[in-house]
Amino acid sequence: MISPNTIKSGKTDLPVLLPFKLHGATRTASDYWTEIISNKSFVIFILAVLSLWMLIDSAFAQVTGNPDQTLWDTIVKWTPLMMFGPKGEFGGFVLNIVVSFIAMGLGTFLGLWLGIGQVSPNNLIRRVSWVTTQLFRNSPWLVLLFYFMLLLPFRVELFGVDYDIPGWTKATFALSLPIMANVSEIVRGAIESIPTGQWESSESLAFSRSQTLWRIILPQCVKRMIPPWMNWYCILTMSTPLISILGVSDGMTLTQDALAAEGRSEYLIPMYLWLMSWFFAYSYPIAAWTRRLENKFVIGKGVL
Amino acid sequence: MEIVWDWFEWLNKAHGIKLTIFYDEWDRGRFLKGIWTTIHLSVVCILLSVFVGMTGAWLQMSRFVWIRRVVAGYIAFFRNTPPLVQLYFFYFAVDRTLAGFFDVKGGMMDSYGWAVISLSFFAGAFNTEIFRAGVEAVPKSTIEASEALGYTKFQIYRYITLPLAYRVCLPALNNNLINLVKTTTVAYAIAVPETLYISNQIWSDEYNVPEMMNVVWIVYLLLVGVLVFLMHRWEKHIKVPGFGQ
Repeated sequence: MISPNTIKSGKTDLPVLLPFKLHGATRTASDYWTEIISNKSFVIFILAVLSLWMLIDSAFAQVTGNPDQTLWDTIVKWTPLMMFGPKGEFGGFVLNIVVSFIAMGLGTFLGLWLGIGQVSPNNLIRRVSWVTTQLFRNSPWLVLLFYFMLLLPFRVELFGVDYDIPGWTKATFALSLPIMANVSEIVRGAIESIPTGQWESSESLAFSRSQTLWRIILPQCVKRMIPPWMNWYCILTMSTPLISILGVSDGMTLTQDALAAEGRSEYLIPMYLWLMSWFFAYSYPIAAWTRRLENKFVIGKGVL
Repeated sequence: MEIVWDWFEWLNKAHGIKLTIFYDEWDRGRFLKGIWTTIHLSVVCILLSVFVGMTGAWLQMSRFVWIRRVVAGYIAFFRNTPPLVQLYFFYFAVDRTLAGFFDVKGGMMDSYGWAVISLSFFAGAFNTEIFRAGVEAVPKSTIEASEALGYTKFQIYRYITLPLAYRVCLPALNNNLINLVKTTTVAYAIAVPETLYISNQIWSDEYNVPEMMNVVWIVYLLLVGVLVFLMHRWEKHIKVPGFGQ
């Protein structure tokens, strides 16, 4: 007998009741890591880098004339600072990631509304949304950062209490604006890609416009929007070091501080590469995952 | 023109809107020079990055696995590391190390040169992917037909594949090149005297941050707008009817 419990858990000897699973549908970023690590050429690459490292490291100690501090020691010494920022403060590479999360969340939220505004039946709303989208889509990120970092107040008074606004929150807000504009375009594109028959049939079923939008159209858009959205997340993460130009102590600033403290040009290339490798390790699996999803959905388009 | 300059001077005196770039000759001169540097930098980077992209896409079709791997590694590296860090890496680390190696005083190249190299390689990585997608979209039968007509491998790439691939990937390419123009602002970080950097100098000298900020924003919107317009025209102009979409 098949009890409701069996159906829920999906454990049954009847294959027809197995939960439907698209091939490769549940892959996550960590799956890509397993795949990359188990790749033969990747292992060869890592081994080559490691042996090169040991060679350079012993050479370094001789060049710098300081055999007590190898390159490895230097990196170990500065990594906590570059990763987490100074003690008791919030900064470093972790701040880059936090900024990217918040900016993406805020940008997506605002962009969703702006995108819906771009397909509004109201002429004024549509025009204003379009202009806003184009304005923030076509301006350089760094200009937006300067604009909002310099023109937003660094202190606000609320109910007689002064609040300091930390630089990184302003920077996060500034970074969320181009994301907003690009998400707006993604949403508009996705909504327009849904066949008009969907709108017409939901109208004939007496759905209101907002009901059609939120219950019929947007749920269908989600699948199409995810790959470009993830792509923009990668671009945003790659843009977060820009906040270092405006004096936020993110990973980039602290790496430069560390290099200045060491004051040796031999450390420049390895330290920059070290910082870059973190960004790479963070972004590459997401990019690979995005590509996989893109390919999957392109094939799916013909079927649907 | 004098009337316009005088009007802006009056605007400052009457309303306190201080747009020195219009009536102060020194500020106007350096601001225009800044815009010129931005345009110059953008055009050089666009040309170089397209060249890098074409070469990369060509190398990716190589028979040798290692060449393909190196190109793939190049793309992965430049796509997944921040452009600002790349710029610093080239300007501070590579320059200093090379200068130390060849014993050159004062560095190998100025900031402008390194900005060109770094930004071209950055955009070139994206271009390589875009061109590859375009090359793959060229039908195999077309290549076979040109082989039958006695074209060499290079000739096929130069006269058949590229012109067709170009038309397929133009929208994506335009997007990337527009992005490149926006990314040239990053050169501010290594003191390339482009629009943003010069504006920063002006607002530090004249204490007119809000005015200059708006001017900079408008200037970039105009620059990007002109490029978008031109690219769109070009896209329409070279379109082959029935090919692509």
